[in-house]
Amino acid sequence: MTAFNQTLIKLLTNKKVVHYTFITLIFIVLFTMIKSGTIDRYISNLLIMVLIMIIMSTSLNIATGFMGQLVLGHAGFMAIGAYTAALIAILLQPYIESTLLLFIVSALAAMIMAGFAGVLVGAPALRLRGDYLGIMTLGFGEIIRVVITNLSDITNGAQGLYGVPRIMTFPIAFWTTVIVVALIFLFMNSRHGRAILSIRDDEIASESVGINITKYKMIGFIVASMFAGIGGAMFAFKEGFLAPSSFGFMKSVEIFVIVVLGGMGSLSGSIIAAIVLVFLPEVLRSVNDYRYLIYSSLLVIIMLYRPQGLMGTKELDLTQTKSKAIQFWKNLKLLPGKIKLLPSKIKALFLKWVASIRKLLKLNQKGSDC
Amino acid sequence: MAILEVKNLGINFGGLRAVDNFEISIKEDELVGLIGPNGAGKTTIFNLLTGVYFPTDGTIELSNTDIRGRKPHQIVHLGSSRTFQNIRLFKNMTVMENIKVAYHNRMSYGIFGSVFKTKRYRAEESVANEVAISLMDVFELTSFKDEQAKNLPYGKQRKLEIARALATDPKILLLDEPAAGMNPQETEELMNTIKLLRQRFGISILLIEHDMKLVMGICERIVVLDYGRIIATGTPAEIRSNPEVIKAYLGE
Repeated sequence: MTAFNQTLIKLLTNKKVVHYTFITLIFIVLFTMIKSGTIDRYISNLLIMVLIMIIMSTSLNIATGFMGQLVLGHAGFMAIGAYTAALIAILLQPYIESTLLLFIVSALAAMIMAGFAGVLVGAPALRLRGDYLGIMTLGFGEIIRVVITNLSDITNGAQGLYGVPRIMTFPIAFWTTVIVVALIFLFMNSRHGRAILSIRDDEIASESVGINITKYKMIGFIVASMFAGIGGAMFAFKEGFLAPSSFGFMKSVEIFVIVVLGGMGSLSGSIIAAIVLVFLPEVLRSVNDYRYLIYSSLLVIIMLYRPQGLMGTKELDLTQTKSKAIQFWKNLKLLPGKIKLLPSKIKALFLKWVASIRKLLKLNQKGSDC
Repeated sequence: MAILEVKNLGINFGGLRAVDNFEISIKEDELVGLIGPNGAGKTTIFNLLTGVYFPTDGTIELSNTDIRGRKPHQIVHLGSSRTFQNIRLFKNMTVMENIKVAYHNRMSYGIFGSVFKTKRYRAEESVANEVAISLMDVFELTSFKDEQAKNLPYGKQRKLEIARALATDPKILLLDEPAAGMNPQETEELMNTIKLLRQRFGISILLIEHDMKLVMGICERIVVLDYGRIIATGTPAEIRSNPEVIKAYLGE
């Protein structure tokens, strides 16, 4: 029995085992719920949308969170991926029977095309820094959209592309997302990932320890755009219909908000934020007109009280959950006491404020006397 | 054999001749100090030697290879490494990661290696860990292993920067005012560390410093700079009694 206990403890403290089991359990629960009809089509579609946004935000996190480069045109790469995958799938549909194979082939093509676009944009854009890079990538995102709108022979322009096979099932979407996030995680934990992290902290120091920052900025940017291409492919196969307007500036901002909210430099943060921000507008549907008011004020509040995002730069570690949960419970117990103190605190703040205004007024009077 | 051989080095910033006819030759195992009043061009010389600036004229040879026009990261590859006057650490990374970043060039696994966790990846990563641990040992940083660099006390940050520079496996180390902002006790500690790392790693050091006790205490040779020109070179004793140096820098 003790031997059994020991192996159990060993397994429960092994990060790999715990996390893979956790993911598989989530999959089994969701999958059986979809199959048995507990979760209806509407929700299962939303789940796939969550998964797409997870891919989009974790991939943007490489460029913006880990590398510290402001990228505001991520939807552009998504659009390239979506259209490439859709066109190739339409072309190959008669020849390939298996939907999985069709998805893999077109997703790979989408990945390559988006990565290629990443090279084209990254080479000139990454010479710029901060806001300037943001503006340039924003401009690029718009260019892509306009080009797609005007290539009406291939993409059917603003009318939209019909007849994309709707082959996106929950299992395919789920495991694609798991693979993408795992790849990004492994990549960031290698010497290449560390090089990218060091660029965010100090470019000059990074160069002085022998890191080719131009090369690594390109690599980070290309990897980010490649995975965005996969996100786009999933989007195309989920919707079955593509219009250039779905990849506008607001889409890029939506992805960017997820990254910032989840924490720049935290993959698990991006995942949590993607889940919250996709479901929130749907949950708030019942309050109709106030939906976006609540949504945006929530964002403002979170940014005021947690400017580093939900997770900061840390990752969720399930092997630590028990102690964290105990800590949380203890804090929760302290909460009523804190709330009781709140009125007096507000009063004190108010008094302080009044006093400072009085002081200011007095100073002004003195000034006018002279 | 000279590790670093600089001849006739000069750079113009517009109409200003910031460095003129600078010459230095550093042999293996040598510790050379570079001193001079503020604005004499000491840091400019460091920036020339590390590829941040491109010299207007002159040659720089690092272990018999001309490094003019090479990028900073390529020069690091050839065996030169530096620290900065105002500390430049990777503030949001841990002490361990800071050192491992600098070990980057000594590993060779590719992106696919990192994704599939190949044998090479595991072997090289474990060597990197060992190197980082032994460097933290030397610089007494072991207890701060998982601490973010920005949370370290000032003296430890200086040490971490030197440790990071050493992780690139340099033949020559360029230290830009390592004792700046340190109290006498910390400076003393730093002197011991520099002595120790010469014994252990056997590398050449070029050192900019204003703390005369430190410079006179550990340097074998000193070069004095004023207005971008060398005004004296020699042993600490010679420099201390050189009338020109006294006039320009040391004071009477």
